[in-house]
Amino acid sequence: MAPFTVMGAARALRGGAVTSVQLAEQVLKRASMVEAQVHAYLTLDSDGLLQAAAEADEALASGGGRGPLHGIPIALKDNMATRGMETTAGSKILAGYHPPYDATAVVRLRRAGALVTGKTNLDEFAMGSSTENSAFGPTRNPWNTDRVPGGSSGGSAAAVAAGTAFGALGSDTGGSIRQPASLCGLVGAKPTYGAVSRYGLIAFASSLDQIGPLTHTVEDAAVLLDAVNGPDPLDATSYPGDLPRSDGRLGRGLEGMRVGVVSDLGGLEAVEPDVDASFRKMVAAMEREGARIVDASLPAAPHALSAYYLIAPAECSANLARFDGVRYGLRVDGATTEEMMSRSRAEGFGPEVVRRVLMGTFALSAGYHEAFYGQAQKVRTLIRRDFARAYEGCDVLVSPTSPTTAFPLGDRTEDPMSMYVSDVFTIPSNLAGHPAVSVPIGLDRRELPIGFQVMAPALGEPVMFQAAEAVEALAGFDTRAPYDPGFGLRGGVR
Amino acid sequence: MSWEAVIGLETHVELSTRSKMFCGCPARFDAPPNTNVCPVCLGLPGALPVPNREAINRIIRIGLALNCSVTGRSVFHRKNYFYADLPKNYQISQFDLPVCVDGYLDVGGDHPGRVGIERVHQEEDTGKSTHMGGDGRISAAEYSLLDFNRSGVPLVEIVTRPDIRSAAQARAYAQELRLLVEALGVSDARLEEGSIRFDANVSVRPGPEAPLGTKVEIKNMNSFRSLERAVAFEIGRQTACLDGGERIVMETRHWDEEAGVTRGGRTKEGSSDYRYFPDPDLVPLELDQDWKDEMAALLPELPARRRSRYEGMGIDPAQAATLAGADVHLRGLFEGAVEAGARPQQAGNWVSGEVVAALRSSGRESLADSPLSGPNLARLLAMVEDSTLSGLAAREVLAGVLAGEGTPEEVASARDLLQISDAGVLEAAVEEVTADHTEEFARLCSGEQKLIGFFVGQVMRRTRGKADPKLAGRLIRERAGL
Repeated sequence: MAPFTVMGAARALRGGAVTSVQLAEQVLKRASMVEAQVHAYLTLDSDGLLQAAAEADEALASGGGRGPLHGIPIALKDNMATRGMETTAGSKILAGYHPPYDATAVVRLRRAGALVTGKTNLDEFAMGSSTENSAFGPTRNPWNTDRVPGGSSGGSAAAVAAGTAFGALGSDTGGSIRQPASLCGLVGAKPTYGAVSRYGLIAFASSLDQIGPLTHTVEDAAVLLDAVNGPDPLDATSYPGDLPRSDGRLGRGLEGMRVGVVSDLGGLEAVEPDVDASFRKMVAAMEREGARIVDASLPAAPHALSAYYLIAPAECSANLARFDGVRYGLRVDGATTEEMMSRSRAEGFGPEVVRRVLMGTFALSAGYHEAFYGQAQKVRTLIRRDFARAYEGCDVLVSPTSPTTAFPLGDRTEDPMSMYVSDVFTIPSNLAGHPAVSVPIGLDRRELPIGFQVMAPALGEPVMFQAAEAVEALAGFDTRAPYDPGFGLRGGVR
Repeated sequence: MSWEAVIGLETHVELSTRSKMFCGCPARFDAPPNTNVCPVCLGLPGALPVPNREAINRIIRIGLALNCSVTGRSVFHRKNYFYADLPKNYQISQFDLPVCVDGYLDVGGDHPGRVGIERVHQEEDTGKSTHMGGDGRISAAEYSLLDFNRSGVPLVEIVTRPDIRSAAQARAYAQELRLLVEALGVSDARLEEGSIRFDANVSVRPGPEAPLGTKVEIKNMNSFRSLERAVAFEIGRQTACLDGGERIVMETRHWDEEAGVTRGGRTKEGSSDYRYFPDPDLVPLELDQDWKDEMAALLPELPARRRSRYEGMGIDPAQAATLAGADVHLRGLFEGAVEAGARPQQAGNWVSGEVVAALRSSGRESLADSPLSGPNLARLLAMVEDSTLSGLAAREVLAGVLAGEGTPEEVASARDLLQISDAGVLEAAVEEVTADHTEEFARLCSGEQKLIGFFVGQVMRRTRGKADPKLAGRLIRERAGL
């Protein structure tokens, strides 16, 4: 049977069962069958992938290639700079932009031996929860192509779920890795803020953005994360010390682990019954496996969504100011420089980006600054304090990843608030800078995947993955379900 | 009505660090356009700033030299505004937690006084726009060229309190600040190259107790003189306005050097809203006591202290100020000469007078690597003191020493410049000149005293400047029976 996980492929490659070229061909063959339906990729670099795979095979044959990801095709969200490869952030304003440098995470991924399949679709500048905000058309969920894959890393999630990459990197500002992982039946992890360098990640909200893995297994996620994390002199916010190994506590089970169930997360009323039932069932299963289930409280968490929708837009309003038509990207001429800038931005940005830039500009304006941005920062401080208190009584916290499973395309595009609520459980970890991971635990009545979130304190990746792996084992979820025997999507054309 | 001017200055000092403020590009912008650039200083998507530690070292030293307190925790903010030569469309600057606050600079000269320093903060420079076509101004340009070599060069902004009361005092402050920055060695400190730039906030009010008037910011002064002229013009303009019953409009005005006037540009409606917020790409600077102590230990002697030290040597204040402001080589020469026994006032006069003149005529830029040492100068001055050399001859010897011809003694004898103090030798010369000018000599003998100078001149001429003029005068008087 063809490998489908990162570690499975790595073992097969080392054991001589497959070659890197075969892995690349497998990915490209699947892409040729499913991409027309899924549209996970904005750039699929077939030639580059095959060439790199051939080089990887040569290196292995001549005794080289000691990297943990050697020869494995991995997809990159299209908001990470790749030298010479178009990088758009899903925006018209960057169509045709080819960066002169690689993001640090990309450099490290390549150094670990990984091969880049291409660049995956996303909500424009990572702003969205469905990948419908891409300027280049939406991505569809491989489990059901009428439905969204989640977002903003929907392309990365769909690529892994559809087998057009063995793993992927996404970015998570308010849930943009975990929510699509949940909706596509995958593992998706947002590490501790500062664990992975943001150098080369096109910023949405700098104090919240983190790069992380989307994979079929918890082990894959830990391995991928360890390949790209670590201090970076090019990112002043990268964590300066040694990071614990993410896979350091895998296989230790749940015995004695204190698992906090958050009773006042906010938005719990929006949780679909099937999601709620699956979540409770898993908590009970964890208890049976030796975990101590405790009640946890994050009293400020109900304000997290509001705080997030002030802080993230405020930061993005400045981060996106550089897209002005002067040096790169789309330029629409005008009579004056100001008019040229203004027209380029009006033409280049989609409606959700414009909405957030306006919200952020407003939140930072004189007279409103303290009431909005200042207040939101205070909420952030309270949320951090709440987490610190909660972790006095438990090792990890758990919740559903998303209140719902994958929703139909177009369902929430008219009502931004209904879209924003998708991230209600994931946002608190971003505000606190803590790691969190989503693990698939089952299907709802429509056969759509349900995700389970494990949160941990800063630098708590080892215990987080330990718990996540136990959940994965308890769930016994088949992440390949959307594959059909005919090598296409199980759902086929709907 | 008499009006009191209230002036505050904002000074931008470009630091001469090797690399830029937030990236590793060389902080030199004299290279071909857009060659000292990288993803960070071009504001490419995904690039991130990392602060330059040496720039922070330097701003701490500037702050300490300005008697500021250095804050323990300092934060970089984003200052948001759109401009084509600002690559990120925000400038990384500082807002409510600058590196240094609450200092002062004592200004001497004709307008002595203490000017309060409100804050000293770190920021990055912008790129440079060149507007092509039309009259070179953006409004009439056909297109603009952008050079980002300067983008991200570290800038320190020094903001005074509104303590300055005259145009001359503004100039004195600016000059003193430049001396200080130069002494600290943190910047090239050249006005003409824009490595120090001054903006002035000027307002007038009916008297010292009256509330502050509406302030006008003036820009584009690129010399001390233009700063003084611009401030003086602006004070005159505002008082004339108010005397004429008009109101002052809050605005930014540009100094037109040729016309000698300030011109209004865009009117500021209230203050611009730069939407400052802490830059989430950077972490707060933690400036602990060890760091501050380390920088304090690196402070050189500052101009004010040096001036008073020179005055303490017995040099008059004007000369002390000149010397204290002289470059490091001239000061070294002066101090070396004094150490080798020269009289301070005489050594000072020579260093700031004859030596500077000799340097200029020799075509040298400075005394760096010159053969003229402190002990050499001291010997030269001693030879003047004991009449071995005349003043005139001493200048020639100086030129010879500068040209590398040897020690003062060697040059004097090689060029045959030793003063003739032998009365016997001079007697002969006196005899000759009185014989050549019998008519004038007769008038001298009959009491026309002013002719002594004429005869001394003649003797000097005959001896090619080597005669001791005092001795020659005495001999002439004796011969004339006076």
